[in-house]
Amino acid sequence: MVKISFEKLNSLFEKISEKYDLFVPTKKNDGQSYFEKWEQGKTVSDDLNTVRSAKDFFFPQHEDIVSFKLDGKNIEITDERREVRPFVMFGVRACDVRSFSILDKVFLSEPVDTFYKAKREKGIVISLACQKPSETCFCTTFGIDPTEPEGDIRAWKGNDCYYLEGVTEKGNALLSELSLEECDRTEVDAQIENTKKILDRLPLGKLDTDSFGGDKLKELFDSEKWASLSESCLGCGTCTFVCPTCQCYDIKDFETGHGVKRYRCWDSCMYSDFTKMAHGNPRLTQLERFRQRFMHKLVYFPANNSGEFGCVGCGRCLNKCPISMNIVKVMKTLKGEN
Amino acid sequence: MQEVMKNKAKELLASGEVRAVIGWKKGEFCYDITPAVFTNAEEIDNGFIYDDFCGANLSKYLIKEAHKDGKVLVFLKPCDTYSFNQLLSEHRINREKVYVVGVSCDGKVDIEKIKRTVGDGIIALSSDGDKISVETLYDKYEINRADALAERCVNCKSKKHVAYDELLGDEGEVLDSKRFDEVEMIENMTADERFEFWRNELSRCIRCNACRNVCPACSCEKCIFDNDNSGYVNKAPVTSFEENMFHIIRAFHVAGRCTDCGECSRVCPQGIPLHLLNRKFIKDINTLYGDYQAGEDPEARGPLTSYTEKDPEPSVVTDKE
Ligand code: SF4
Ligand code: SF4
Ligand code: SF4
Ligand code: SF4
Ligand code: SF4
Repeated sequence: MVKISFEKLNSLFEKISEKYDLFVPTKKNDGQSYFEKWEQGKTVSDDLNTVRSAKDFFFPQHEDIVSFKLDGKNIEITDERREVRPFVMFGVRACDVRSFSILDKVFLSEPVDTFYKAKREKGIVISLACQKPSETCFCTTFGIDPTEPEGDIRAWKGNDCYYLEGVTEKGNALLSELSLEECDRTEVDAQIENTKKILDRLPLGKLDTDSFGGDKLKELFDSEKWASLSESCLGCGTCTFVCPTCQCYDIKDFETGHGVKRYRCWDSCMYSDFTKMAHGNPRLTQLERFRQRFMHKLVYFPANNSGEFGCVGCGRCLNKCPISMNIVKVMKTLKGEN
Repeated sequence: MQEVMKNKAKELLASGEVRAVIGWKKGEFCYDITPAVFTNAEEIDNGFIYDDFCGANLSKYLIKEAHKDGKVLVFLKPCDTYSFNQLLSEHRINREKVYVVGVSCDGKVDIEKIKRTVGDGIIALSSDGDKISVETLYDKYEINRADALAERCVNCKSKKHVAYDELLGDEGEVLDSKRFDEVEMIENMTADERFEFWRNELSRCIRCNACRNVCPACSCEKCIFDNDNSGYVNKAPVTSFEENMFHIIRAFHVAGRCTDCGECSRVCPQGIPLHLLNRKFIKDINTLYGDYQAGEDPEARGPLTSYTEKDPEPSVVTDKE
């Protein structure tokens, strides 16, 4: 384990920035935190979660794929993929780090999504342990340990320094380039013990997931409770756009007047044209669309991924849904607790 | 107040006067309230709530609910009644199908503001007159209720209900609100500063559509931005032009119809002050066409949808200061 004092953090970031684009969570004037490219003067925010999740780095809201240009009878096709500079993300929380491995299962299995893969390979994730979880945090429900997050390097914020520990080969390689001061784990161990006590008191920390999973498809799909759960849903899609594990996208053509730009952008199962096909839309009502989002996280994803749930308990949908409907209320209601 | 409302709801359900009640339902925590439809006394006893966090404007749900058979009861706060009237004047709701119970309101509280003061981990919260006591996993706090009021409530335009069948609590008055002060600040910026201000705000937009979907004035069956055949469908703000375009079109479309209910700003996950755009339009309409409050009178003809010979023809080209 190595450490870097707060005073020297800027010089560390400077050093990292020589070779990599460095992104850190910073507070904006709306009082919320966003990942932004680090430059002198930018400070790391202590907020737990950024509004937009860290998935943006690997799976951005939109990206150009290919463009077509008409030239007489010829069509010129250009690959619009942009070369990614190697980058480092500092301060990713355990929930978001886990979301990467969930996205990997989708985008890196055959046929591999080469756009995603390129970014994944170029990115180094420095995670940051949580010390003051929020009442909306329930990562522990899904077996995530926020005191010892995954990532290429994991970090803890101490009293006057950050502690860093290499986890993967990639992470260790970066750490050795940085030649930081070796140290022991005393403060880190004490912090972990302390945070664990708080985690035990989280109101949603130990939700019961036994009623969900791939084998519960039929009974959950047919539940009568979807009607009241989805009743006031606005179909806005906020929950899907802030969610670190939502992975659906649409491929669109944009007519530029002298050609076509093909891009992909996030889609939302909450939208009326989601998976619209030639015959129309398979989910005609908001009930069906709403059900899709939660069935995907709690049933379909585990069915295809040896039981792993498609939610990391980050709490974003709890904080951001305009009508305060969310996965926790859905789970509790389906189980008959609400 | 909450008990009186519950009793009213149960009474009208029991008598068969109404088929359902649209109200607010308790959440997991003390602040995450969901709009809900209640159909029996048990549901009301278990879940109905009316407190500081019942900010959601229920009027838009009437479009859907009032299409069904039978009558529904809806609870509306003063500002919500303006949206209700506006929807009536646009023939989006059948008045006969709705029983409106107006409820008094002393301002709603914004949980984001509280979180900004006390941090994360709120586990209990109680309000006692002017003070709100908050208990988090880490500490206890006492804050002034006034400091936690939602922006639209700080600048409340009216405590008067402009539509109801029955009123619970005291009736208030139209207020002399300071809601245009911030608009004036922006008007006083240079064009470049103003552009910079809005670019900074709108660049955060993730096009989640919460502002549009919650808006009682955005009641088109199919929004142009969702219509594959319109040529304008866009799910992501790909360029800054598209970011601006969505908001400019939306602001123009609700101009003269927006009641300034404040829902759009309340729900924006990115904290974009959309109310400032709408208030600029309201202020300009007031100046050019005479004072007009959308939703005040369901029979009124909106200044932008009626023609008179005296209509001004403002132009950014000829009216340059
Ligand atoms: S659940 Fe909430 S955030 Fe998601 S679409 Fe419905 S209203 Fe919007
Ligand atoms: S479903 Fe909600 S809590 Fe779960 S990962 Fe997505 S945003 Fe986070
Ligand atoms: S959900 Fe867990 S990992 Fe994520 S911010 Fe909360 S405590 Fe940290
Ligand atoms: S609610 Fe906010 S982020 Fe969502 S589309 Fe509207 S302005 Fe953009
Ligand atoms: S634009 Fe905003 S303030 Fe105006 S009616 Fe719609 S939600 Fe309400």
